Amino acid sequence: MSTFSTNEFKPGLKVMLDGDPCAILENEFVKPGKGQAFNRVKIRNLKTGRVIERTYKSGESIEGADVIDLELQYLYSDGDIWHFMDPNTYEQYEASEKAMADAAKWLKGEEICVVTLWDGVPLTVAAPNFVELEITETDPGVRGDTATGGTKPATLETGAMVKVPLFVETGERIKIDTRTGEYVARA
Amino acid sequence: MSTDWQPAASFATLNARAKLLQTIREFMLQRDIMEVETPVLGNAGVNDPAIRSLVTRFSHPVDSRPHTLYLQTSPEYAMKRLLAAGSGPVYQIGRVFRDGELGRLHNPEFTLLEWYRPGFDHHALMEELDELMILLGWEVAGRYEYRELFLEHVGIDAVTATLPALQQEAGAAGLHSASPERSVLLDFLFSHRVVPQLGLERPAFVMHYPACQGALARLKPDAPAVAERFELFVNGIEIANGFHELTDAGEQRQRINDEIERRRRNNDNLLPIDERLLAALEAGLPDCAGVAVGVDRLLMCLLQLDSLQQVLAFPVERA
Repeated sequence: MSTFSTNEFKPGLKVMLDGDPCAILENEFVKPGKGQAFNRVKIRNLKTGRVIERTYKSGESIEGADVIDLELQYLYSDGDIWHFMDPNTYEQYEASEKAMADAAKWLKGEEICVVTLWDGVPLTVAAPNFVELEITETDPGVRGDTATGGTKPATLETGAMVKVPLFVETGERIKIDTRTGEYVARA
Repeated sequence: MSTDWQPAASFATLNARAKLLQTIREFMLQRDIMEVETPVLGNAGVNDPAIRSLVTRFSHPVDSRPHTLYLQTSPEYAMKRLLAAGSGPVYQIGRVFRDGELGRLHNPEFTLLEWYRPGFDHHALMEELDELMILLGWEVAGRYEYRELFLEHVGIDAVTATLPALQQEAGAAGLHSASPERSVLLDFLFSHRVVPQLGLERPAFVMHYPACQGALARLKPDAPAVAERFELFVNGIEIANGFHELTDAGEQRQRINDEIERRRRNNDNLLPIDERLLAALEAGLPDCAGVAVGVDRLLMCLLQLDSLQQVLAFPVERA
């Protein structure tokens, strides 16, 4: 297994910490003029999503995590397992509900997602940044009202709930930013 | 089209830098402290385990043997040789170099103001540095004991705490390290838990560091576990470091040997010992205090900027 020294801790680098795969977010150099140099690192635990701070003596090494990001196509879900396929190799992967987390509610099939594999198993799944989905239920629209900025709840074809402007109607397709869960525009 | 040929600092900042240097020179002139220049390239270097020298090679025109030269990490040794030779009070504004240091508060080359006062102890020199700070517009600095600050912000006694107690505290504060030494644990806890709280309302002097944090300071005669060292902090940033200087050549050699031993254990490279410094100390360094001030950081705090890169015309990425 590869190891990485503190001067290789770039944002995005995947390392093992307390037995869990983690991603480096920030790496700050801290050094008293007459003292030991340190690297103060912000790290996200990829299993729990928690962000923690750790400090290493500069020059120390930690073990890399066997984590890779793949672009996989979402096929279908049987309720407990979400099935993905690598469109290049046709190799299939199974993601758990935990790995899916928030991504599940934006997917209906065939989307290309970034799937992070740890030791070959999906660890996290990121939905495409933008998805287009149909509104299956929302209160009747207020015609012509595009200026007041009011919102109302809407249910989408995948079951996700989002806030939409008053003027959009059931049956319309809208564009959502999955990172914020916010309405962007009519599709 | 790349724009990195342009300076990183604004001209207003560069103008403030020029004024700051002028103010410092006038301050020194009024006090009859002589400006000196000493070599940037040395035949010897420091073996301080926490400081890494940049190394270069000199091609001698009539001597084909390899000549390794070390870029100074501080003008301290050369200035002490001047003092031992009888220079009287001296100061220098010069460029120093440290390998491996880069970040918001670090650039591999930076400007140090360093001055020495024969006959001063660390209290008298703190007073003089405070006068300079006041001249630059700061309020009178607060004065704090290292041990009391450590107790207040970390909750344990830095001088009497056992190694396991320090290790536990450091681990809880996020230090991830196999079996660190006492000085590393103190550096970690002080830099992460104490320093960010220092000098927020007015500059803060911290004095009397534990002996293992003493570097070239003499030990306090009435409390030999404590070094006569001080530092100055502004906005949680270390600005200056000073000592009531060690003048005992035997003690100095012992500390250099300890540093070499620590480097050996860490498998660090060893630099030639500065025998000329030791010879100067043997000839007699006058009782004196000395301080080094980071001019770039001083300017950064003066202008309330948040990174060193903003006060350098061309930080290393643009050099």
